Amino acid sequence: MRLLNRFAGRLSRNRRGSVAGLLVMVLGLLITGTTYAALTPAQAELRSHTDTELIQEGRELFLVGCAFCHGQNGEGVLTADGERALGPALAGVGAGAVDFYLSTGRMPLQAPGQQSPRKAPAYTPSEIDALSAYIATLGPGPGVPAHGDYSTDGLTDDEKQEAILRGGQFFLTNCTACHNFDGSGGAMPWGKKAPTLKGVEPRHVYAAMLVGPGEMPVFSNDVLRPEDKRDIIAYLESIHDGPKYGGVFALGGLGPVSEGLFAWLVGIGACVGFAIWIAAHTTRSSKKKGSEA
Amino acid sequence: MSNPSVTSQVADTNAGTASKPAKPSKVGGAVTWADDRLGLATAAKKNLRKIFPDHWTFMLGEIALWSFVICLITGVFLTLWFKPSMAEITYMGSYDQLRGLAMSEAYGSTLDISFDIRGGLLMRQMHHWAAMLFIASMFVHMIRVFATGAFRKPREVNWLIGGLLLLLGILEGFAGYSLPDDLLSGTGLRIADGLVKATPVLGTYMSFFMFGGEFPNNEIVPRLYAAHILLLPGLILALIAAHMLLLVHHKHTQWPGPGRTEENVVGYPLLPVYMAKAGGFFFIVFGITALMGGIMTINPVWKYGPYNPSQVTAGSQPDWYMGAAEGVLRIFPGWESYLFGHTISWNVFVPGMVILPGMLVVFLAWPFLEQWVTGDKREHHLLQRPRNAPTRTGFLVAMMTLFGLFWIAGANDVIAVLFQLNLNHITYFMRAAVFVAPVLAFIITRRWCISLQRHDEEKVLHGYETGIITRSPEGGYAERHAPLSTERAYTLTARENDKVLEAPNGSDVPAKGTRSTKIRAKLSKAMFGVSVPKPTREEYLEAQEHLHHELEAGHEDSHSPGH
Repeated sequence: MRLLNRFAGRLSRNRRGSVAGLLVMVLGLLITGTTYAALTPAQAELRSHTDTELIQEGRELFLVGCAFCHGQNGEGVLTADGERALGPALAGVGAGAVDFYLSTGRMPLQAPGQQSPRKAPAYTPSEIDALSAYIATLGPGPGVPAHGDYSTDGLTDDEKQEAILRGGQFFLTNCTACHNFDGSGGAMPWGKKAPTLKGVEPRHVYAAMLVGPGEMPVFSNDVLRPEDKRDIIAYLESIHDGPKYGGVFALGGLGPVSEGLFAWLVGIGACVGFAIWIAAHTTRSSKKKGSEA
Repeated sequence: MSNPSVTSQVADTNAGTASKPAKPSKVGGAVTWADDRLGLATAAKKNLRKIFPDHWTFMLGEIALWSFVICLITGVFLTLWFKPSMAEITYMGSYDQLRGLAMSEAYGSTLDISFDIRGGLLMRQMHHWAAMLFIASMFVHMIRVFATGAFRKPREVNWLIGGLLLLLGILEGFAGYSLPDDLLSGTGLRIADGLVKATPVLGTYMSFFMFGGEFPNNEIVPRLYAAHILLLPGLILALIAAHMLLLVHHKHTQWPGPGRTEENVVGYPLLPVYMAKAGGFFFIVFGITALMGGIMTINPVWKYGPYNPSQVTAGSQPDWYMGAAEGVLRIFPGWESYLFGHTISWNVFVPGMVILPGMLVVFLAWPFLEQWVTGDKREHHLLQRPRNAPTRTGFLVAMMTLFGLFWIAGANDVIAVLFQLNLNHITYFMRAAVFVAPVLAFIITRRWCISLQRHDEEKVLHGYETGIITRSPEGGYAERHAPLSTERAYTLTARENDKVLEAPNGSDVPAKGTRSTKIRAKLSKAMFGVSVPKPTREEYLEAQEHLHHELEAGHEDSHSPGH
């Protein structure tokens, strides 16, 4: 014990030495590192601990912002007459659905009973992570798509070309009936609509196919394989980011309706305008006004 | 031949040298050479000096003519590369998104025109825009002719030719829309197929005859191509020629005014005035079409993809001129009958084959109906202002309203998306509106016309409002009215009063044809009984005297405009 004290005393004597701070830091790092490495098997346990915290945070957010319609445990709430769901049960919708709805601003809903429009998200990304993590615990469901799922970054040019071609055919077969050939969106019965796909993040397009929000069918991985979904996104990006071949005015990409509108407004409008102009300028039989040519 | 070249030397005295014919100029020589062989000078001399009246509404048909010419020019360009074949090829052109895909030669060659032929996409887009303008301007022209009574004798046949041109133009447009074999083409053809099949008894046979078997088969594109580039344009050209020859033969109608009668035409000669105006207008229409073709995307077939019966896209509409047909189809209730094991699809047959063709037939028959009711067999070269035929104008506006509603109904999904409306509600609204709105439009327009007639009468009798307010010694205010110029008053009164036929009465034994006379009398009363008669000579003179008296007196008492 005395020896230890003497050692501590000597150490203490050098505590203001020029290298002392550095030594302490190196020692600290060493110990931390070693401890970390030594406890690696416990990492999962540690993460699990953070997950628990995340889930707990998600649960708290859920109780504040979502439980009114979805129930305190996400079991869903019926309307007063008991015939319709005020908010559906959330077991099994998966983190992907939560991430899709919250980060496109579709949830929280402004009022029940309408199709939720896209708007600015109400939650921060970390809050969305927490909520997703919480809902994921209610039952297995699609997860949040990762960048690798929908990106064609790793492909060669030929593979990309192949992907776009295939994606275009998948798009025309499965998506255009509602979303329109240009992804401009389309009408559904009773005021519902298939929203535009222009300016939608690939992550959300991918998640929507997995989740099937609103009227949209679920395109599970058995129906459209993950790479098929990726190809559809590649095709959409190619037509939206590519050159506007037909001219600077695409007329909304809505098909013949807007073309007809412009034929009348611009075409006939301009032609009739010029006709009025031509008829208003009649001949001059004499040159009374002199300088006027 | 122009004046200075007639003689080289003018004889100004009896003595000396005689005048000599000049050596003809090179142009004159060529023209003489041609005239000796073709003998066109006499016809040209007369027709180049043909007089046309000046009004902007007389140029609406010209838009149709010029846009058709543009269709011909750009169409010839397109035929050089378009392949009307359903043979399957693998696309290897420049458009990345479709390279490597199996498609018909028709679609592939359309892509080639769009992406690999220099100027091809511009030509395709100009062709399409010009076609849209062609039919639109025919509509506008037809509205003008109908509203001003320009279809009256002797122009009934030309009215029918015009109607036929409209119908052929629409068919021509639809054939062209169907040629590229893209997704929209095929969807449109599928509807056409359904329409044909909805014909009772004959439907299926007609469809199989048209498509050479069950839809879609491989025959329709080559067949439509023949119709689109040969048969229909040939017919249209021939009818345009007939339309214009009749126009020259009848001479152009004109608005009434001082010096303008049923026997003359007041205006400017074809050469040089209308050559310049009409020729210039061609370049303007061409310029507008080129600009539209250059900057406004039309029918982006590359996005629709090749036709595949298993695919469909939101926003599948026909071009605008079929939009009304699409609209009736969309709002018509799903009625079907089953007779002897056969289905009769009223829901397709009535919209496609009854309602819209019926509208065209009523319009084409109108001149004959009007003539029968009025019994007026005289020629009419002076136009009527729409207000002076209140019933006809009301009918026109009612039909335009109906057509417009059908048109809107054909775009119901696009409207629902753009204006955040409920698709079903639009349909329900339209189902009621097509019955209610035309009636309202008719009543409102007719009343409006009658008030305008009253307004004219008042201006003729009581003068126009000068905007000068005078205060009488008693402190009352009144606006001073001044008489119209004689020209203006003449123009306003240069119309005939509508006559209402009297129904025969008396006799217990109905004479032959009494029933039709009675119907005529009823129609006559309904159509013409509402017009405000123009002031008589006595009324006019009396009113003029009164007006001058007032003006001279320098003040107005309690005279009010509604007096």
